Amino acid sequence: MKRTPLFAAHQRLGGKLIEFGGWEMPVQYTGIVDEHLAVRNSAGLFDISHMGEVVVSGPAAEAFLNQTLTNDVRSLAPGQGQYTLMCNERGGAIDDLYAYRLAPLEYLLIINASRITDDVAWLEGRLAGFDRRGDARVWNASDATGALAVQGPRVVQFIDSCFPGPAVSGTLVARPSELKKNELAKFRLGQAEVWVSRTGYTGEDGFEVVAPADLLESLWNRLLEAGQSHGLKPAGLGARDTLRTEVCYPLYGHELDEGTTPLEAGLGFFVALGKPDFAGRAALMKQKINGPTKKLVAFKMTARSAPPRPGYPLWSVGADARRLGVVASGTQSPSLGVGIGMAYVPPGLAQPGTPLEVEVRGKRAPAAVAPKPLYKRPV
Amino acid sequence: MANVPADLKYAKSHEWVRVASGVATVGITDHAQHELTDVVFVELPELGRKIKAGEACAVVESVKTASDIYSPVSGEVTEANKAAVENPALVNSEPYGGGWFYKVKLSNPAELDALLTAEQYRAQIGG
Repeated sequence: MKRTPLFAAHQRLGGKLIEFGGWEMPVQYTGIVDEHLAVRNSAGLFDISHMGEVVVSGPAAEAFLNQTLTNDVRSLAPGQGQYTLMCNERGGAIDDLYAYRLAPLEYLLIINASRITDDVAWLEGRLAGFDRRGDARVWNASDATGALAVQGPRVVQFIDSCFPGPAVSGTLVARPSELKKNELAKFRLGQAEVWVSRTGYTGEDGFEVVAPADLLESLWNRLLEAGQSHGLKPAGLGARDTLRTEVCYPLYGHELDEGTTPLEAGLGFFVALGKPDFAGRAALMKQKINGPTKKLVAFKMTARSAPPRPGYPLWSVGADARRLGVVASGTQSPSLGVGIGMAYVPPGLAQPGTPLEVEVRGKRAPAAVAPKPLYKRPV
Repeated sequence: MANVPADLKYAKSHEWVRVASGVATVGITDHAQHELTDVVFVELPELGRKIKAGEACAVVESVKTASDIYSPVSGEVTEANKAAVENPALVNSEPYGGGWFYKVKLSNPAELDALLTAEQYRAQIGG
């Protein structure tokens, strides 16, 4: 199993370590609910160094990425990022990722830990068949790079003290708190440089930091110290999962795989069918016209029951009740206090309010399709 | 350090037993609830069910996982703790009190001798 640059820090903090995507990662420190609520109410700090980083550069980087990714990278100015997907020719998701334009001729892709090998192979294969292949370069920076996420409504109160501005490239802000959602900027820390983006996977305001691996522990400690008086807590993958499930963000391997399209997953907003050809476009266009045969829905349990969990059978309700498939993601929602999840259902059963049943240890418990996201920040 | 009351018997699988007049009350230890963290759901055996020592007869669920509870003793279930079903957080806050799981009328009291003492259980959990 691989270890991140923060392995020793997690041990010192009493983190409980588990295997995730080939990495030994903290699932929790004090407890999932405690860490989850810290992120919703104040702030949480996550090690996301298991995520992969790929740098794509060169005069043809934009053209290469635009025929490989589903979203339109041409809409990105330097210092901006977008959620996007990478599909095979059948429109199936090879990965979902963030693409940032670091500079006019340089892009950073943040990809899933479990997909690094497949993604890099796919990118290299696409590049080999690209007519301007001499003008673009793909570099897997995952081993040299670490990453942190600092998330929650109070992060904006202390982030600037950790990264004194002004930014030296990207979006040229004076300080990180001036970044808007999906913007990123490079800040200087002594001799080193780190990228800070206003993004996250929790549904809260927050930032993600991409830095050289050897700098990560000092950054981690710096953030923990700066955030201490603002309620910042280290948070593990357990809370990361419950937070993203509440706001219905997909997790590759659960909601997405190579046999599932972004349209089925409800991610059509991130598929620019109107742009020039890209991998999967023909299949996705066809599916857009015919309509997908399955749709990802969110659901809530409607009576007291055990929490729904990934892989539990999902049933329709009524005289013609049948097994629809399995729960893709499921958990007890720490914010809502009920069982929640996501699953694929036939389009006819995708309307909010549609009753479903989740099979828990041989017994079926009532649930209902619910609007996405399942959790919204109170206003 | 986990609380391990001296007057109880323990199973290696982290259940405790308190015996009075031939009836055993069963719950999970402070160490177990601490390892599980936030208990969100408890499923208890039905009244009248005859259970054997070592049999999985209840389930405790945290946010992340579902764990079987193995009965430390054999007998007939005489009571299940409705309060813990209604408020699973009791398992965390009062593992030896309001967070008990069920009671059984012992069919083989000799089984108690095979269980761990507080001292032995403390040694097992390393503290």
